Amino acid sequence: MDAVRLAWLIPAFPLAGFVILFLGRRALKEPVSGWIATVMMVGAFVSAVVVFSGLHSLDEEHRQVVLKGVEWIRAGGFSVRFNLLVDPLSVTMVLFVTGVGALIHLYSIGYMHGQERFTRFFTFLNMFAFAMLVLVLAGNYLLVFLGWEGVGLCSYLLISFWFERPSAARAGKKAFVANRVGDFGFMLAMFLIFSHLGTLDLLPALSGAPHLARGTATAVALLLYLAAAGKSAQGPLFVWLPDAMEGPTPVSALIHAATMVTAGVYLLVRSHPFLQHGPAAGDVVAWVGALTALVAATIALVNFDIKRVLAYSTISQLGYMFLAVGVGAYTAAIFHMVTHAFFKALLFLGAGSVMHGTEDNQDMRVMGGLRKFMPVTAITFMVAWLAIAGIVPFAGFWSKDEILAATWVGGAGVSAHYFLWFIGAVTALLTAFYMTRQVWMVFFSDERWRGKLHHEPHESPKLMTFPLVVLAVLSFLGGALNIPKEGFKNLTEWLHAAVPVKPLEVHSFGQGFMLSTVAVILGGIGILAGIRLYAKGLRNGEDPLLTRLGGLGRFFDRGWGIDPAISWFVDRPGRAAADVLARSVDQGLIDGAVNGVAAVVTGVGARVRKVQTGFVRNYALTLFSGATVVLFVFLVRGNL
Amino acid sequence: MNVPGSYYLTVAALMFCIGAIGLLVRRNALVMFMCVELMLNAVNLTFVTFARMLDDIGGQVFVFFTLVVAAAEVVIGLALIVSIFRRRQGATADDVSLLKG
Repeated sequence: MDAVRLAWLIPAFPLAGFVILFLGRRALKEPVSGWIATVMMVGAFVSAVVVFSGLHSLDEEHRQVVLKGVEWIRAGGFSVRFNLLVDPLSVTMVLFVTGVGALIHLYSIGYMHGQERFTRFFTFLNMFAFAMLVLVLAGNYLLVFLGWEGVGLCSYLLISFWFERPSAARAGKKAFVANRVGDFGFMLAMFLIFSHLGTLDLLPALSGAPHLARGTATAVALLLYLAAAGKSAQGPLFVWLPDAMEGPTPVSALIHAATMVTAGVYLLVRSHPFLQHGPAAGDVVAWVGALTALVAATIALVNFDIKRVLAYSTISQLGYMFLAVGVGAYTAAIFHMVTHAFFKALLFLGAGSVMHGTEDNQDMRVMGGLRKFMPVTAITFMVAWLAIAGIVPFAGFWSKDEILAATWVGGAGVSAHYFLWFIGAVTALLTAFYMTRQVWMVFFSDERWRGKLHHEPHESPKLMTFPLVVLAVLSFLGGALNIPKEGFKNLTEWLHAAVPVKPLEVHSFGQGFMLSTVAVILGGIGILAGIRLYAKGLRNGEDPLLTRLGGLGRFFDRGWGIDPAISWFVDRPGRAAADVLARSVDQGLIDGAVNGVAAVVTGVGARVRKVQTGFVRNYALTLFSGATVVLFVFLVRGNL
Repeated sequence: MNVPGSYYLTVAALMFCIGAIGLLVRRNALVMFMCVELMLNAVNLTFVTFARMLDDIGGQVFVFFTLVVAAAEVVIGLALIVSIFRRRQGATADDVSLLKG
C-alpha cells in the first residue's frame, strides 16, 4: 500500500526534468541535457515498477487506489482534485510509457547528436512524458483532458521541431487541427457526463454509467470515440499522422507510434462501461477500426518513404486495437497496445538508425542491401518485422491473434463480426506483405544507393543500438504477457480489477488453434509473396507491385483521396462561406452601413452648405423673414 | 401740447423699416452699421413711448440696457470695419465672404 502511495513520483520525475531543462536552457548543453532527461525517465520507470509491485501485492478487490491531491477547481457542488487513480490499467500504461520512453530518450541522445536546439528537444520530450503520465494516471476526466491537451501540444511542438522547413510547420498545424476535432468530442462527452452523473471523477462516473439511459450512454461513448479517433488517427481523422513524420524520428517512435496515439485506446478502455451500456457505439468503433486498419494497410503497400510506411502501419495497428475495443475485447486491445509499443518503437528507431547511417535519406528506393553495413539495426528490425507480421512466437502474433479470435467469437452483440474478422485477416496478410516489402527494399535486394550517397552507410553508435536490442528482446518475448494458459497470471487476469469484463474466449481449443493457424498462414503468405516480388529488388527503379496494381496502386498512393476529400468537404465550403461573408456581408453590409452614413452626411452637408452664402444681407434677410413669420403667426392666432 | 403716443410709434416704425431696408439693400459696411443703429434707436423710441403711455418706468430702464449693448456693439463693429479697411480697399460687405459654404 505504501509503495502505491509513491505513484505521484511517476509524473513528478519528468516534470522535474522539464523544469530543470527549461530553467537551465542556456547553461545546459549537449549531451548533459539529454542525460538529465533520460535519467528522469528512468526514475519514472523505477517508481512505476515499485508502484506495480506494491499494487500487485494487494488483493484484487483493493487494486483501485485513488490518491487524493489538492483541489484544482471548485464551483458549487462541482469539485475537481488532482487525484491519481492507480489501478492495473493505469499502471500497465505507465510501465510501458516510461519503459519505452526511457529507451527512446536514450536513443535520442545519439540521434540528436550535433543538432541545434538539442536541449529544447529534451525539454519537450520530458514535458510530453509528464503530460502522458498525467493522462493515464488522472483520477478524473478533467485531469485526463489536461494530459490529453498536454500531449497534443507537445506533439505539435515536436512535429514542427524543425520549423525552418515549411512542410514541418504545416504538418504540426495539421496535427493540431485534427486533434482539436477530437478534443471537441471529449469536451462534449465531459459535459454530458457531468450533467447526467454530477461528477467527473472516474470511478463514480464509471460506476454510474450503467444507470444512464441507453441513448445517453451511447452518446457519451460516441463522443469519447470522436476524441479517441482524433488522437489515435482513426477514420478520416488519420490524415495528420503520416504528415507527423516530419518530426525527428525518436518523436515519431515515442509519440506517434508507441504512446500518445494509444491514448485514444486507453480512454475507451477506461470508459468501457459507457461502451458496454451503449452497444451501438461499439459497432461504430469496431467498423471504423477495421476499415481504418484495411485502408491504412493498403496505403502502406505502395509508399516509398521508410517512415510513412511505418506511420500507415501504425494507423492500421491502431485500427486493430479499436476493433478489439469495439467488439468488447478490452484486454486484447491493451495487450496489442503494449506489444505494438515494443515492435513499433523498434521499427521507428530502426528506421531512424537507417536514416542516421544514410545521410538522412528516407526514400526506400535509394536503399537496399543495408544489412551488411548495419547488422544490428537489420537484425533488430527484422525481429520487429516478424512480430508485426504475426509470426509465432513473436509478440505481435499473440496479441493480434487474440484480437482476431475475439472478433470471430464476437462480443457485445456486434453485428456481422465474421465480416469484421475477414477484414482483420486480410489486413494481417497485407501487413505481412508491406513489412516484407520494406525489409527487402531496405536491407536486402540490390544496393541502389550506390552513386547517390557520398559515403558508405554505417552502423549507428552504441547509444542508439542498445535501445534497439532491448526493444527487440521485448518484441520477441512480449507475447508472454498474455499467453492463454490456465492458471498463468497473465495480463487479462491482472487487468480484471480495472476492466471487470469477461474476456471473449474461443469456445474450444480446437477453434482457437484453427484461428491461430489461419492467422499464421496469412502472415506467411504475405511474407512469401513479399520476398518473391522483391527478391530481385526494384526493376529499373520501378516497384513491381505498383506496375501490377496499375490504377489501383495510384489510388492507394494518393491515400484513397481522403486528404483531397477532406479539403473538398471542409476546406471548399469553408472558403466559399468566407468568400461570401467577406464580399457580401463585410463589404456589402458592414462597410455599406458605415459608408452609407458617411455618404448621407456628406450629401446633406453639400446641399445645406449653400445656405451659408457669406453675404451679410442674406443672413439679415433670413432673420427678417423669420421674424416676420413669427410676428404673422402671433397676429393670426391673436394672443399676442 | 400733448402729442399722441401713436405718432411716436409711427415714427419709430418708419425708422425701423428704413433701417431694415437699408441694411438689406446697401453694401457698404459702414452704412449697414448705421442702419442697424437706426433700427436700435427706433426700438428705443418705442420703449420710451410705451413707458410714458403705460406710466411704467420699466420701458425707460430697458432703453439704458439697449444703449449699453449698442455702445459695446459699436466698439466691436467699428473695430471690425477698421481692420477690414486696412486689408482691402473699400468696405463692401459682400467682399468679405470667406466663410461661405
